[in-house]
Order: sequence, then C-alpha cells, then structure tokens
Amino acid sequence: MSEIRNVIIVGSGPAGYTAAVYAARAQLNPLVFEGSVTAGGALMNTTEVENFPGFVDGIMGPALMENMRGQAARFGAELITDDVTSMDLSGEIKTVVDGAGNTHQAKAIILAMGSGYRELGLENEKRLSGHGVSWCATCDGFFFRDQDIAVVGGGDSALEEATFLTRFAKSVTLIHRRDSLRASKIMQERALSNQKMKFAWNSEVVDVLGDAKLSGVILKDTVTGQTRELPITGLFIAIGHDPRSELIVGQVDLDAENYVRVNAPSTQTNLPGVFACGDLVDHTYRQAITAAGTGCAAALDAERFLAAAE
Amino acid sequence: MGATKIVTDASFADDVLMSEKPVIVDFWAEWCGPCKMIAPILEEIAAENDAITVVKLNVDENPATAAAYGITSIPTMNVFKGGQIVKTIIGAKPKAALLADLNSIL
Repeated sequence: MSEIRNVIIVGSGPAGYTAAVYAARAQLNPLVFEGSVTAGGALMNTTEVENFPGFVDGIMGPALMENMRGQAARFGAELITDDVTSMDLSGEIKTVVDGAGNTHQAKAIILAMGSGYRELGLENEKRLSGHGVSWCATCDGFFFRDQDIAVVGGGDSALEEATFLTRFAKSVTLIHRRDSLRASKIMQERALSNQKMKFAWNSEVVDVLGDAKLSGVILKDTVTGQTRELPITGLFIAIGHDPRSELIVGQVDLDAENYVRVNAPSTQTNLPGVFACGDLVDHTYRQAITAAGTGCAAALDAERFLAAAE
Repeated sequence: MGATKIVTDASFADDVLMSEKPVIVDFWAEWCGPCKMIAPILEEIAAENDAITVVKLNVDENPATAAAYGITSIPTMNVFKGGQIVKTIIGAKPKAALLADLNSIL
C-alpha cells in the first residue's frame, strides 16, 4: 500500500486535466489516471476544435489535449497512463486499484471518466464492427475513398464526422431520426452546402447488412413506418455518448441515465470527498470548455474539502 | 523477445506469412489516435513474450496489404500462424483485455 495522497483524479479529458492543473497549482500533488487507451478522452478522436476559446485559428483535438497534459505535468501532476479497475469511495480514505493491480489511497477523489460511444444496439452492428461499421471517422475515413457511406446522428459530432468524411468518400448520407438537426448552425450550414452530403431525414437504422463486410443498412421512416435499403460500404455511428460510470455503480448516486448526481453548482457527490465533473455529470452541454470548467470547479471543491478536514 | 518490427507491402510475405513464429500484425496510421495509445502496450507485449513476433504495418504507406486483408478500421491486430489469420482484434483495448484475447497464442 502506498502513501495517502491528497487527491486522485480518474480520467484525462478536458475535465480531468483541468482538475489536475488546478490541483497541482494548489500543491495538492494530484495523481491522475489517464486511462491506458482512453488517455486524452473524446477529443483524441476529433480533428479541428474551433470553439475552444483562446485558439483564434482553431486547434486539433489531440494537440489541445497534449497541451493540457503538458500544462498539468508542468505544475507537478503525476500522470499515469493506466486504467482504474476498481474504487472504494465509501470511507474517509478512498482506495483506487489500477490496471497493474496496485492500490492507491487518497483523501479526495475527482471522478472525470467522461463518456463512451453509444451503440445502435443491433446484433449485426457488432458483427460488422471493423468491417465497414466504425466509431472513428479520423481513424477510418481513409479506407472509404470514393465510396458511398453514411453517418448516423444529428449533433455536432455527427456533422463534424460527416463533413470530414466528404474529403474521402464519393457521398456521405447523414441518417437522422428527426427532420431537423441538433447541431450548431455553423456546422449545419457547412454540411447542408456540401455537394457530397445527402440527407436521410426521419430515418432510423433498424438493421445493418452484409456477410463479411458491410453492404448497406435498412432504414425505417419514423413518420410512415416504411422501410427501405440504403446501399453503403461504410457506416459511422455518432449517436451520442453514455457516461462511463460503471465502476462506481452502487457507491455514488447516479441518475436514471447513469450520470453522476452532483450538488450543482458545486461538484460534490453524495459521498464526502468525492467530486465529479465533465461529461460524466453533464447531460446538457457536453463541450470541451464546459468539461474544463467543471474540472476546475472540482479541483477547487476538493481543495476546500481538504482544507476544512485539516 | 524484443521490440516490434516494421513490415511493408514488400516484406510482408517473408516477415509475416513465412514466419515460423506466430506474428501479431498491428495495422496502424499516423492520424489514428487509438493506434498511438495502443503502441506502447504492443511494445510491452513484444518485450515480454518469446512465443510471438509483433510487427507494425503503416496502412498509409502500405495500402496493398491493408486492402488485401480488408482492413477498414484501425487499429486492427491480425494474428498470423503459418500464413493464415487465426485471430483478429479490432480497436484499442487495455493490456489485460488484449492479453486475454491473445491467450491461446501467447
């Protein structure tokens, strides 16, 4: 068993790294579990981030995260590129077990595990995953040069992916359940004016087709109930995210959709010394900057908690 | 035992298909974030296991091999034994999960 730390931060998106910057500057000597394959969080799989304040010309998602990481390290945050496999948050001293099997202890914990990709929940989606079905446009767009492909979803992420994919594909059909988009106006305008973009409105994917690789999808019209086949060789799924709260189920109060409940505007959970921030908490805004904002709040809340406990 | 090795379209037959040991081929590219995440884990697996060779194939520079094996998602890790694919792992995973997938080979 190791020394008892002030604070352990679990997660390394904008929320986790911002919490680390603030906690390190408060000389709390934070230990950060970045995740073995998820370090940097959701922005690691994006391209240009145009709405993070301070970057006049935008910045690439991975570069932004590398900057945040470097900033946290500069102030002495201890960064470990490993997963947390279990946590006990109940007592005064919290314990965290990492992927290598080591146990770590701290007086305060900041939960910043973010969210994971939501799946359509279709059997053939899993089977054809990696054989035409993808969750990462930046990774896999290259393989669909001059092909007809589709993106499912209606938010900013879906439109960003779709617009990015038009660089490679012959056509990109955006499949959306409604007849209007949730995405920001600028993203909508960009997509709607793109010659390679097509739109399947009021459409839901009810089956994914193909033997060894994807050959198409079955779309159901959400208004008329009629189904039709859309022949495509690539399907990118961008229908949103679910909070990655599975490690803390039964310990920390979660809402019906498994987001962590906090005593807003603070980041305090139902357990003393346990704070939560970022997409793990946020149903509503889900932006890099709002995650960074709540990450900052969590570090300040933890700092106050530790000061009061002394 | 040792480090990962780089293979190309030109060397694939010799280094992978004709290899006496099973070979894990990591199909990757520079622009792929999850590929970079998994790279150090594959280095560890290469260093810790005598029974296999771990090689990396850059799909951008070697499109023929990637196309021949129908790669449409990276990272993909194909395990070859006697020239045949015996296991396909798609997507970045933590080390423990990768080792579990490779259990029958290592």
